[in-house]
Amino acid sequence: MSTAIDNILNQPYKAGFHTEIETDSMARGLSEDVIRTISSKKNEPDWLLEFRLNAYRHWLTMTEPKWPNVTYPKIDFQDIIYYSAPKSKTTKKSMDEVDPELLKTFEKLGIPMNERAALAGVAVDVVFDSVSVTTTYKEKLAEYGIIFCSFSEAVRDHPDLIKKYLGSVVPYTDNFYSALNSAVFTDGSFCYIPKGVKCPMDLSTYFRINTQDSGQFERTLIVAEEGSQVCYLEGCTAPQFDTNQLHAAVVELIALDDADIKYSTVQNWYAGDENGVGGIFNFVTKRGLCKGKNSKISWTQVETGSAVTWKYPSCVLLGDNSVGEFYSVALTNHMQQADTGTKMFHIGKNTRSRIISKGISAGKSNNSYRGLVKVSPKADGARNYSQCDSMLIGDLSCANTFPYIEVANKSATVEHEASTSKIGEEQLFYFLSRGIGSEEAVSMIINGFVRDVFMHLPMEFAVEATKLLGLKLEGSVG
Amino acid sequence: MIIKNAETILSVHNLVASIDGTQILKGFDITVKAGEIHAIMGPNGSGKSTFSKVLAGHPSYKVDGGTLEFKGQSLMDLEPDERAKLGIFLGFQYPVEVPGVTNGSFLRLAYNTVQGARGKDELDPLEFDDFIQSKLSLLGMDASFLERSLNDGFSGGEKKRNEILQMAILEPTLAILDETDSGLDIDALRVIANGVNTLHGDSDAVVLVTHYQRLLNYIEPDFIHVVDGGRVIKTGDKSLAHELESRGYEWVLDENRSKAA
Repeated sequence: MSTAIDNILNQPYKAGFHTEIETDSMARGLSEDVIRTISSKKNEPDWLLEFRLNAYRHWLTMTEPKWPNVTYPKIDFQDIIYYSAPKSKTTKKSMDEVDPELLKTFEKLGIPMNERAALAGVAVDVVFDSVSVTTTYKEKLAEYGIIFCSFSEAVRDHPDLIKKYLGSVVPYTDNFYSALNSAVFTDGSFCYIPKGVKCPMDLSTYFRINTQDSGQFERTLIVAEEGSQVCYLEGCTAPQFDTNQLHAAVVELIALDDADIKYSTVQNWYAGDENGVGGIFNFVTKRGLCKGKNSKISWTQVETGSAVTWKYPSCVLLGDNSVGEFYSVALTNHMQQADTGTKMFHIGKNTRSRIISKGISAGKSNNSYRGLVKVSPKADGARNYSQCDSMLIGDLSCANTFPYIEVANKSATVEHEASTSKIGEEQLFYFLSRGIGSEEAVSMIINGFVRDVFMHLPMEFAVEATKLLGLKLEGSVG
Repeated sequence: MIIKNAETILSVHNLVASIDGTQILKGFDITVKAGEIHAIMGPNGSGKSTFSKVLAGHPSYKVDGGTLEFKGQSLMDLEPDERAKLGIFLGFQYPVEVPGVTNGSFLRLAYNTVQGARGKDELDPLEFDDFIQSKLSLLGMDASFLERSLNDGFSGGEKKRNEILQMAILEPTLAILDETDSGLDIDALRVIANGVNTLHGDSDAVVLVTHYQRLLNYIEPDFIHVVDGGRVIKTGDKSLAHELESRGYEWVLDENRSKAA
């Protein structure tokens, strides 16, 4: 393949720096004692410790999933640091109390923790390694009755809500990594939108893994009461290490009657170098429950980072007339591997789901779409439309599609379309012969390819994501 | 039309080119001057399309010898986009489909890139919209064409019209149209021929690569070149096309063989 494509693909990872900051880290390894220590460090109530221990005991009986189309060395779960926090962490009343090194880190990443700064109009919860370091716009949101805070604060201040919803969509028994997360999660974000409230600003969590050999196990829980609406954004980066770090998060969304949750992710974890050394193992369980009638949950993800990605943001369409959507762009380059997609469970009547997945594989990477559409016997009038497109760049990358369709109701309508295309010499030559340079051509072709997904991202996020794709692909054509 | 003392636009001498180690062009010669229309004809596999791709700079083809000059400048070391900026345009036999990229934004980017290279002002989307209207109507195309994805789901005729639309906005000095007539019904053929005739003037040249005489009923060439075995074996005026239509290629090939013997 020509050098132009190569140049586009081979941009250095800009978030790969490491912050020198004093941390309070536990020793490596996992045991009931470690879990008790995490729980006591966080002054958790007994019921939560009990939840963790039950999860841990269940996890011990489980084995790692082998079915994803990815290969990686066996993870030694006793060699991971399960708790690492920037030191001297007390609850921050204002920005002035936050460690300046942390402020600098997030400024460098373009995530201002200062409410007066550029990202005005978006409330941010910032999670650094194992803990949330700050949440902006809390007071303003409180005026609307909206709760947006770190998970730890939510456990302390809103225990009833957490007790009611924690594990209600993704039980710890769900899978190997959700069990592990339930045992050792350290922080994350919680958001609660009261009845009838349309959240006046986008809510956002920014995840940063800083410590080498630490894992990040966060939980996000979003509850949208009747008739409420919220738009939530999630971003992630990590420094460049030559060892692998594990990120095993759990995200649970609950939408009650007529509620609407839109969840967008731009994932840019460190992907390892071009030979596949280092990078994040991103093993994440994300699921939304459309519990109420006419509720809607929409996932949009732009997955560009991680050495190995394994995630299937899903929707359980329980309420009648509820709607689930999944819009995804997954880009893999070099030695990256991704096995990602969605699951749509149609249970209520007249439930609808829509899946638009765009996979881009470059370098020697391996990119798989895996999706399940399941229509239960009582889901009269269920409808699904799925479209899975793959684009190959170069001759050494790989794209796969694994669609699973299970229909147990005669009135269901399920459509699946798939295509595979290749940015090859002929396409490039066509653009070149019109005077358009190869880098511009590749960027135009890729942006065209992902357009159906990017139009669902909030404006600022779409701009960011477009830039990110450009960076990731720089140098890959030619 | 043939103009006395017109500038030489294209000068190709003894061009040898290969793909994957197989030689396709084996000493190709052609000279094209401003104002002229040339037709390159010949049986399948004779090297007609290869010539057009080599001229535009397709990366799969390797030039092994000879000269290839545009207005006295050698094209050998120029990339396809540089050739396009100089004013060379290739109308594709099979235009590629690019889902998601709107035709309008592609056309505007191409236009602005080439305009910029010529030291002229670029047009913003609104200005470009005004500019392109007359070009669209020349080819009987609806403005909705601009909103569709580039060639994606276009019929054969629509794709070819879109090629000529690109020719119309890029205003090339040399247009090579590779089998533009293939797969067209008679009405589409008329529209496209009318477009090419309207766009062609005294200062530019057109090279038609075609298998059939049919197109030449609508676009009248000044010269016809018969290609076989990777070189031009006979050149004549438009009457040659009629002779080829009624007698086929075989007699020209025979004539050439006996000359060689």
